[in-house]
Amino acid sequence: MVDIYVVPILKIVVLLSAVLLAVTYLTLLERKVIAWVQVRLGPMRVGPQGVLQPIADAVKLLLKEDITPSRADKWVFTLAPIVSMVPALIAFAVIPFGATVSMFGHPVSLYIADVNVGLLYIVSVTSIGVYGIILAGYSSNSKFPLLAGLRASAQLISYEIAVTMMLVSLVVVAGTLSMVGIVNAQLSQGVWYVFLQPVAFVILFIGGLAETNRAPFDLPEAEQELTGGFHTEYSGMRFALFFLAEYANMIVVSAVATTLFLGGWLRPFPNVHVLSFLGFVPGWIWFLLKTFVFIYVFIWIRATLPRYRYDQLMRLGWKVLIPLGIANLVVTAILKVLL
Amino acid sequence: MDVIAFYIFAAIAVVASVLVVGQKNPMHSVMLLITSFGALAGLYVLLDAPFTAVTQIIIYAGAIMVLFLFVVMLLNVPREEPAPPAVSALLGPTGIRIGVILSLLLGAEIVWALSRIGLGWFPQDPAAASVSSVALIGASLFTRHAFAFEATSVLILVAMIGAVVLARREH
Repeated sequence: MVDIYVVPILKIVVLLSAVLLAVTYLTLLERKVIAWVQVRLGPMRVGPQGVLQPIADAVKLLLKEDITPSRADKWVFTLAPIVSMVPALIAFAVIPFGATVSMFGHPVSLYIADVNVGLLYIVSVTSIGVYGIILAGYSSNSKFPLLAGLRASAQLISYEIAVTMMLVSLVVVAGTLSMVGIVNAQLSQGVWYVFLQPVAFVILFIGGLAETNRAPFDLPEAEQELTGGFHTEYSGMRFALFFLAEYANMIVVSAVATTLFLGGWLRPFPNVHVLSFLGFVPGWIWFLLKTFVFIYVFIWIRATLPRYRYDQLMRLGWKVLIPLGIANLVVTAILKVLL
Repeated sequence: MDVIAFYIFAAIAVVASVLVVGQKNPMHSVMLLITSFGALAGLYVLLDAPFTAVTQIIIYAGAIMVLFLFVVMLLNVPREEPAPPAVSALLGPTGIRIGVILSLLLGAEIVWALSRIGLGWFPQDPAAASVSSVALIGASLFTRHAFAFEATSVLILVAMIGAVVLARREH
């Protein structure tokens, strides 16, 4: 009884609170990092160095008037932010934050579920998230959001193919679809897969940028051309939900990339015994550190790179990334058979 | 627990599928169809076939329905006007008449088929029915069903070439 219901529910509660808190503070991190890149200070007024800014933002957004345009499709308009938020949160169910640890004398595994199709589960859940943007664009009954919705659907379909190709070549190397299994495979082969599959790693990261609608692929929200894109007509907390979903998706992509390519909770260089003192740091701290590096790079890229033009984006997806993905898969499969 | 979940998913699937037909707005139909696919995926999970459930979501809900939405939004299909009420279903316009006849036939077929097979027809051994292992599915796909697999790939290739030919711009 306790093991079937209570422990998983406790884990879900802890994980959800942690993710939502992290998401709130990612907004501050993003503003601060971009400010430092541009030699500004960023938010400084609320609390020391502006650390209470996210709380002030949340209060402001919750108290704001929540407007539904009179010609909007009301049900879909309400549904869209929920549809974009929920997949971002349930994707965390299969991400392993660490190996099994002992807590209060009980062995506790630091993941909610170890499904044998964990990787496919993540692909399927993230592919649902795009509906939030498409439905928001459609239901607003307004021109800019509609354009953004069309862009989002075309962009996400294109990049999903490249990313899935990369995942297939990774699965060929690891021999399993389970997230925990992939980390264990890296442990037993003694190498992080970023060294075995560098092409896959780069393309997965580019695809991750595109799938989370982050710069330089943030065409669905392009402030300058589409006045905010799919969320133009949204206000108050529903507007905020889209942003929370975007940040939660950033964490998901970073955590997945960490698990697949940087050895998840393993310490750096798991095969070098000289470095075994690194093993005294708990696995979940390694995991969070690596994930944080990815998130920082996400923000860094946004502060540095200009946006792609729409046709360039599609050409990159279909004519560069997908052929590269297929070539990588073929080479990986041949090497796997030969070696 | 499983039984309750089954009834919830089954009810969602049936209700959503029925509502798909009844919508005036094509966008709403597409969304309800996605809901129905989601409920079907839940049923697959209950049947101990997580791989089927996940592929159902990826292929149908994730890819095909996004294309559907894309097309519906791009064409901006107007809301359908309700058809003028017919005096009797069989006296209405041709479309309705054919529809009624087809659904009667389908109903008769289902009743006949269900009366022919008993519950004993279904495999009783849960281990034999379980297809949870991806490796097992792959092995049987590439050995026992290799011909069907290859034939399907050729079919898809034909569809792809056809799409490219149709979409090609004349110079």
